[in-house]
Amino acid sequence: MKKIYADVLVLGAGAAGLAAAAKAKEFGAEHVVLLDEKEELGGVLPQCIHPGFGLHYYREDLTGPEFAFRLYEKVRNLGVEVHNQAYAIELIPRKYDEKIVRASSPEGLLDIHAKTVIFATGARERQRHEIGIIGYRPIGVYTAGQAQTMMDLYGMMPGKEIVIVGSGDVGLIMARRFALQGAHVKAVIEILPYPGGLTRNIQQCLIDFGIPLYLSHKVISVNGTKRVEGVIVGKVDEKLNTIPGSEFEIKCDTLIVSAGLLPRVELLMRAGAFMDPATKSAVVNEYLETTIPGVFLAGNALVINDLVDYAAEQGEAAATSAIKFIQEGGFPSCVQKSVVKGRNVRLIVPQLITGENDVFFYGRVSQPEEDVYLKVPEVGMKLRMLRVKPPEMLRFKIRKKQFENLEEDKITISVEPRSEG
Amino acid sequence: MGEEKEETLKFTCIVCPIGCELIVKKVGAKIIDIKGYKCPKGKEYAIQEVTNPQRILMTVVKVKGGSLPTVSVKTAKPIPKAKLLEAVKYLSKLELKPPIKIGDVIVDDIVGTGVPIVATRNVNGE
Repeated sequence: MKKIYADVLVLGAGAAGLAAAAKAKEFGAEHVVLLDEKEELGGVLPQCIHPGFGLHYYREDLTGPEFAFRLYEKVRNLGVEVHNQAYAIELIPRKYDEKIVRASSPEGLLDIHAKTVIFATGARERQRHEIGIIGYRPIGVYTAGQAQTMMDLYGMMPGKEIVIVGSGDVGLIMARRFALQGAHVKAVIEILPYPGGLTRNIQQCLIDFGIPLYLSHKVISVNGTKRVEGVIVGKVDEKLNTIPGSEFEIKCDTLIVSAGLLPRVELLMRAGAFMDPATKSAVVNEYLETTIPGVFLAGNALVINDLVDYAAEQGEAAATSAIKFIQEGGFPSCVQKSVVKGRNVRLIVPQLITGENDVFFYGRVSQPEEDVYLKVPEVGMKLRMLRVKPPEMLRFKIRKKQFENLEEDKITISVEPRSEG
Repeated sequence: MGEEKEETLKFTCIVCPIGCELIVKKVGAKIIDIKGYKCPKGKEYAIQEVTNPQRILMTVVKVKGGSLPTVSVKTAKPIPKAKLLEAVKYLSKLELKPPIKIGDVIVDDIVGTGVPIVATRNVNGE
């Protein structure tokens, strides 16, 4: 077993992890160790060959591989210790300022003794069985990410006649990729009454190619025993139950499942971090610190982001906190106030605040609405918004000054129609 | 001269993730009103979209004997939408040799558009 010491250990070398490792090094941390399970760094970025990355972070429109390359060059030039093809298998919080992360790697088992750990472990895709698609299990059912790996890293076509279930951005982007490569995308099926992805992706990925989008529909089952031969689709009611008699078949040879992402935080959960059922990740305070002192979260492991730019921004924020933790021996043990989800707010990060810093919040609404106020009454905040939609993240800042007169032990974030005040 | 009808086109701006709803009114080929954009790029896009719609193309090109079997590429600038599939077809027939560096020009002028195809990923030799 090899022992390694780290001031800042970053798990995962996607956008959040690369940005975190670079920032920690820039801020003067001596031993920054970056662990990744793959051979090539960059997380999912190398296979996201479409543009649209970095408009905020670099003020340029880059493709995924280009975005990853820039961050990776920075990490390499700064002298971060990188261990690739290494897989973290356990987190052992030992002391306030010592955590052990055990990892399996080509060098054998690694025990990394770290003062601080940043989880930038990303997310995994939901699978067919998690969205209740029954039937045979023939060849030709892939998640959107798997199809992307096949096409855009290995140059293989998963099929010719495609049905995509789920209209999140990944599904939409793959619809366009298939169409561009000459496949026939017969339908995108969305169970909700509104699309899951950004409006611009509906335009440039579906409308551009004449791909039909079936809202309020679900894929019920897969036909075919050896290879996919078709899918049975049905219309759903408001409770998302299939309307009897509405079922019809779409012939296809491939079903692509793009049904959302889940943060990969099993190690945190097993180590006893307090979890939030809304984000399906660990609860954090404004330092992006979990309830395990000195263990931070960033990127899609923290909250599923719309934009890579936010993931990188969270990576930098977590690194900044980690450095502060090391320099000041942790954070002052002040009372943390809770952030309560009010009307039409499905999730919010961070879930805890001290009221002693400027705080960036990331959230999502439950329902699309127009002409609303984003309200935080305890600090007297009221932001007008022309529209809110579940696929589009809420991102806003509350300044330290606004917390000064906060007397309650909580703040409530809600989205309310403007007509009601 | 015959009366030309006023036409209203509605579409989503794709310049950035905000996705503004653009409304363009035109009579024949003449644009008479543009609404819904929040920045100069959006206005430019609205005009472009109703006169000569263009898109950036992204795909992969085969690589023989490299660290990866493909290199990701894009058009250096948007090309006419009508040329997208022709460009992909052309690129699918190419086979490159490593090393390839980000920014390398793979094709000088893709299907007569005058726009080069550039690599967006490094591919080293095996």
